[in-house]
Amino acid sequence: MREFLEQSIQPYFNYWVYVILMMIGLWATIAKNNLIKKLIGMSIFQTAIILFYVSVGVKKDSKIPIIPHQVEEHHAAEDGNHAGGHGEHGAKRVTEKHVIEPDKFANPLPHVLMLTAIVVGVSTLGVALAVVQMLFKEFGTLEEDEILAQIKTADSASLDV
Amino acid sequence: MKWIALIAVTLTGSLLLVGVGDFPEWGDAHSAANEGPKLESGEQIATAVSQSFLTDTDELTQVPNVVTAVLADYRGYDTMFETVVIFAAGLAIFAILRVFGGDEVKPMRAPEDDTFCEGDHSRIIIGTTCKLLIPIIQLFALYVIAHGHHSPGGGFQGGVIMGASFILLAIARDLKSALDWFSEKTFMRLASVGILIYAGFGVLCQFFERNFLDYGALKTVMFSSEQMARSYAMLGVEIGVAFTVTAIMFAIYANLSSRGELKQGL
Repeated sequence: MREFLEQSIQPYFNYWVYVILMMIGLWATIAKNNLIKKLIGMSIFQTAIILFYVSVGVKKDSKIPIIPHQVEEHHAAEDGNHAGGHGEHGAKRVTEKHVIEPDKFANPLPHVLMLTAIVVGVSTLGVALAVVQMLFKEFGTLEEDEILAQIKTADSASLDV
Repeated sequence: MKWIALIAVTLTGSLLLVGVGDFPEWGDAHSAANEGPKLESGEQIATAVSQSFLTDTDELTQVPNVVTAVLADYRGYDTMFETVVIFAAGLAIFAILRVFGGDEVKPMRAPEDDTFCEGDHSRIIIGTTCKLLIPIIQLFALYVIAHGHHSPGGGFQGGVIMGASFILLAIARDLKSALDWFSEKTFMRLASVGILIYAGFGVLCQFFERNFLDYGALKTVMFSSEQMARSYAMLGVEIGVAFTVTAIMFAIYANLSSRGELKQGL
């Protein structure tokens, strides 16, 4: 048991959590009857995917992918005034390019992808809530089976006429 | 139904958990996602694109925040259409919910409760706190937008904070006083202007015989080196994104909370 915990769960803990969260979300979207609960499930599903992407981009002992201008500080010590003339600094930087070790900074790509995914997730959730609100206005309920029953009776009524 | 769902969920979950074993260990800097695909022997086949993002961004764009540089420059198209998606979501909510004038539905609250008045003691604390907080929130939002390429931040985040400040006003007082500050006409216009700013930067680059969204072309307009032109153009693009996100976040709240009537909030 201990061996299993140390070898299969500890190094992959984030991935286990992402699978479990994702399945909770999937369960809610499939099995729940209330439309709002389905949407909550959808949100949990999405959060799980965000967790997965961010976990992939992690590097041990790394910093956030913001790389300060190291050369600029170096020059600031030399010539005191560097308020203007960013262009000159650009020229200087090309000549004495300092080496950046990518292993010291977290992978920026998953962060970029998830940054936009979060905002787009919010707007799709907004659209979904708008649709649910219209359904409530129309049927007076948010339970899926009640809405389906109402549609069925309305259909058979219109066929009879 | 629930049994079928349970079977489907456990089956998918266990398959995914079996796959977890093949993932790189947490925090592995040399995994395929971080460094590029490798052969069984450890020989590298290709370099992951994120490596060159990290090493070249400073030289090419002079933007310290690599995430912003990738977002606004390397993946400019992606971000532009992401903004269009948010705009489209705002339009969709407008199309689904918005109703105009006409039949008065019974108010959700008694009319005398509607506005913040002096005698209403229950709202004095909330009203005063919001009066103090909202300017600070908005200032912070502007900082996050404007400083997005030097510190964590950018158009999306700042836009959401800015939109949240208006939503706070709408919750604390009522939707009407928030709409006095930020009317429907204004926020729908602001949303379109945001995308036009973004696309405008792209088209401007084409006037200098470069590709769409190749910001380096703007060096003659910005009076700076090609690298700094990219940096400035990224700031401009982020401001466009922030406009759209601010407007649409508030539009979503305003329409949802008032059932599309934009008269009374919650």
